[in-house]
Amino acid sequence: MLTLRGVGRRFPGGTEALAGVDLDLGEGDFLALLGPSGCGKSTLLRLIAGLDPPDTGSCVWAGAPPGPGQIGVVFQDPTLLPWARAAENVWLPLRLGGQRREAAWPAVQAALAQVGLADAAARYPRALSGGMRMRVAIARALVTRPRLLLLDEPFAALDEFTRHKLQEDLLALWQRARCTVVFVTHSIYEAAFLARRIVLMTPGPGRIADEIASPLAPSPQTRLDPAYAALVGETTRRMQRALEMP
Amino acid sequence: MNGATWLRAAPALFGLAALLLWEGLVRALDVPNYLVPGPLAILRAFLEDPGGLLLALLSTLSVTASALLAASSLGVLLALAMAASPWARAAIQPWAVVLQVTPIVAIAPLIIVWVGDPFTSLVVCATIVAFFPVLSNTAVGLAAVSPELLDLFRLNGASRWQILWLLRLPAALPYFLAGLRISGGLALVGAVVAEFVAGSGGFATGLAYRILEASYRLRIPRMFAALVLLCIAGIAINAALAGFSRWLLRRRGEV
Repeated sequence: MLTLRGVGRRFPGGTEALAGVDLDLGEGDFLALLGPSGCGKSTLLRLIAGLDPPDTGSCVWAGAPPGPGQIGVVFQDPTLLPWARAAENVWLPLRLGGQRREAAWPAVQAALAQVGLADAAARYPRALSGGMRMRVAIARALVTRPRLLLLDEPFAALDEFTRHKLQEDLLALWQRARCTVVFVTHSIYEAAFLARRIVLMTPGPGRIADEIASPLAPSPQTRLDPAYAALVGETTRRMQRALEMP
Repeated sequence: MNGATWLRAAPALFGLAALLLWEGLVRALDVPNYLVPGPLAILRAFLEDPGGLLLALLSTLSVTASALLAASSLGVLLALAMAASPWARAAIQPWAVVLQVTPIVAIAPLIIVWVGDPFTSLVVCATIVAFFPVLSNTAVGLAAVSPELLDLFRLNGASRWQILWLLRLPAALPYFLAGLRISGGLALVGAVVAEFVAGSGGFATGLAYRILEASYRLRIPRMFAALVLLCIAGIAINAALAGFSRWLLRRRGEV
């Protein structure tokens, strides 16, 4: 789907944020970018989204590059419009694409139902819990039926129980929608539970150090599976080794 | 009475206590009316000619309202220009500050001479005093949009117009309303100051002129009565704008 070769990116100050990144993103992948703060995960995500161009190297799409609405994004903060009801927030990407309210409404309702918020359509963001706001943000990202869904530490600010529930829901959504997902996280547990491919990144400058293919079946039950614990252990070990390397 | 009720009653109770003390002191110390009139003398002065004072108040309020309308339109337009282009921002900002720090008393005589029409010149003066808070607050609001939301708009192919209409303007509304509330008070102050300047030049208009006239004739209680009306008008403008902004933000689910 997307091929990155030798990609580098500098911050405006001149610091190298990313250097020599090679990555192949396949159709239907669920890929986690895992690493400590400052390892360029979010920078890489912005490059994939096309929000920033690479300073060196190339990003090549197989076929036409995605147009408006073909990439869905979810940030750590839900970033909903506070003056718009949940359904109006979900309508936003379609509205920007020129769809009127009446035409967009079935898709908006379906997206809200997908994240379990069919009943909250008329509520304003401030009347929703943190977890519900994040669900609205996910529905907003899914409403255009994107080819590629990019998530930047979306559950980092939520409590553990809400986070687990949303992780399980995201996994189910991915299996149903079959889009490609790139998920940025600094949690080994999260990466191991969600991703099919765990890409380990190291800072100074940001590089891809290692990659682990998950042997787990995508299912909520894996949390109690010894294989999950083993994957967490393996990921931890390889992350430590990658960080110790000069 | 619980704590909240006491808090709500506090301004009225404090005001009443102060009035009683004032009246008591004026009587006890036998202060003459032309130095400090007591509250009752002021009320009597108002009741002698309520029509004249209220008409003057109406005239001042119409200047204030026109100036507030002009100031908020001008402030929003300039803020939009500043948000749209860095060049416009660089060009406008210093001059807005110059206008803001220039004492209106100093330039009011010139404006009155240049503009000619009394009503219009008063509105121009009050607008100059009042427009800055709307301008600076709206400019801050237009710029205070989350970069992530801007990314989201860009990824969905939003036009500049859509970013302005669906993101920047609604995001700036609470800021604009906060500025409007400050500008409301300033518009009244500006109107009164301009009326003073115009009044000493012979334009017989507004409450400020009544204050001047009363002070020339040593009708100090009448002067105070006009002053009290001004205070009440200021409080009412502030409360009305605060209520309007609360109503609007609540309707939009933001409060």
